Amino acid sequence: MDFPKNLKYSDDHEWVRVEGDEAVVGITDFAQSELGDVVYVDLPSIGDWVKKGEAFGTIEAVKTVSDMLAPVSGEVIAVNETLNDSPENLNKDPYESWIIKIKMSDLTELNDLMDADAYEKFVG
Amino acid sequence: MSETLKKTPFYSKHEMLHAKMVEFAGFLMPVMYSSIREEHLAVRSNAGLFDISHMGEFYVEGSDAESFLNYLTTNDVTTLKENQAQYSAMCYPYGGIVDDLVIYRFQKDKYMMVVNAGNIQKDFEWIKKNLYGKVSVKNVSDKIALLALQGPKSFSILKKLVTFNPESLNFYHFCEERVAEIPMIISRTGYTGELGFEFYHHPDQSERLWDALMEAGKEYDIKPAGLGARDTLRLEMTYCLYGNDINENTNPLEAGLGWITKLEKPSFIGKESLMKIKEAKPARKIVGFILRERGIPRHGYPVYYEGKEVGIVTSGTHSPSLNEPIGLAYIRRDLAKVGTIIEIGIRNKNVKGEIVKTPFVTSKPY
Repeated sequence: MDFPKNLKYSDDHEWVRVEGDEAVVGITDFAQSELGDVVYVDLPSIGDWVKKGEAFGTIEAVKTVSDMLAPVSGEVIAVNETLNDSPENLNKDPYESWIIKIKMSDLTELNDLMDADAYEKFVG
Repeated sequence: MSETLKKTPFYSKHEMLHAKMVEFAGFLMPVMYSSIREEHLAVRSNAGLFDISHMGEFYVEGSDAESFLNYLTTNDVTTLKENQAQYSAMCYPYGGIVDDLVIYRFQKDKYMMVVNAGNIQKDFEWIKKNLYGKVSVKNVSDKIALLALQGPKSFSILKKLVTFNPESLNFYHFCEERVAEIPMIISRTGYTGELGFEFYHHPDQSERLWDALMEAGKEYDIKPAGLGARDTLRLEMTYCLYGNDINENTNPLEAGLGWITKLEKPSFIGKESLMKIKEAKPARKIVGFILRERGIPRHGYPVYYEGKEVGIVTSGTHSPSLNEPIGLAYIRRDLAKVGTIIEIGIRNKNVKGEIVKTPFVTSKPY
């Protein structure tokens, strides 16, 4: 199980890479292994507003459906469209396969996220 | 994990393989070992090994056993020969399904019923309540373990472990033989649509049997397969799953189980109601559909036609063989035709689907 040090993590198993006031969001290695084969990702649209803790999309694995909860609030400024055709990328390379980019409206929300060590303990 | 969950005799194997375990019908069962998709495809192209020890078994014995079972179940027990098995169902007097099951005939006065894990208690009480004549019924579910070997390589694998020719065992027939020197009932049955066998054996022998089959199957790339793959495999074949596609509020005629409902039998529980339903024609029918837009159908999603709600999805998944989203749904009878375009309500949007010919996958288990 992989826990890159440069990322922040939510208790809903999303990772966040902070780039200035932008948050690049994906699901963790732990999340993808729990879900199993991802077969469909229901993505939001660019321009949508997402609120911390609220669902911004859905991941469908063969056996389960799971909401993705926004780790921070803000405006969706990019969506990884390649997941439409290759949802399995979330299984193959969860930390390269980002899902959305959010222009954060409140940077203090980042304080609620875990660092790699805390997240590793959290799932351990 | 709750301590009250039952473990099967294969539990240590699942643990060793780091299977993802889930609660199912009171049992702690493996849902997948590595990937549902890979396990599914292994069964379609090579072989898979399934722990299905959660299934329930009853022995039904006595000089009136045949006539009792013929009254209790919808299929015709009198056509069964020795060492033959039969898919059947039990209905309530109003026609709703108590359970679907397989009946094994050892002799005219000795049978085994195999029922769904979630229904063991309910079924056993239903049987006792309707019992008549010289018949005894015993619930032996905890004394019998069950392992299924499924896939086109099943013959080759089993051949290495038995002293008889497995190809001599016909589809839906069984024998009492040894596999790797372990005595058991070998049944040419399954829930995947592939060639395969089910092994009813003493739980003390489960681990040895697992090891022998995994070892013999190594050269054929056998894989342990979990309940996840079992579900996607059966859905591609449009086999009904009790609790999803059938239950006490569905009848066998609308569920596509008319072929196991022998209305010409003199009498059986539910016959009068089912005759009436057949005369009036069932109001709805189960159909298979493929989504023509993106999304995955799931149990309970509504079905629309021209904006009106006309049915409900009972099972749905992403088909690993077809690489498309497939599902089963009950739909108003006049619309239940191949080619009808329907819409499935998935969360906040409607997604187009098309009713297709079933099964979704053609294969030959027999």
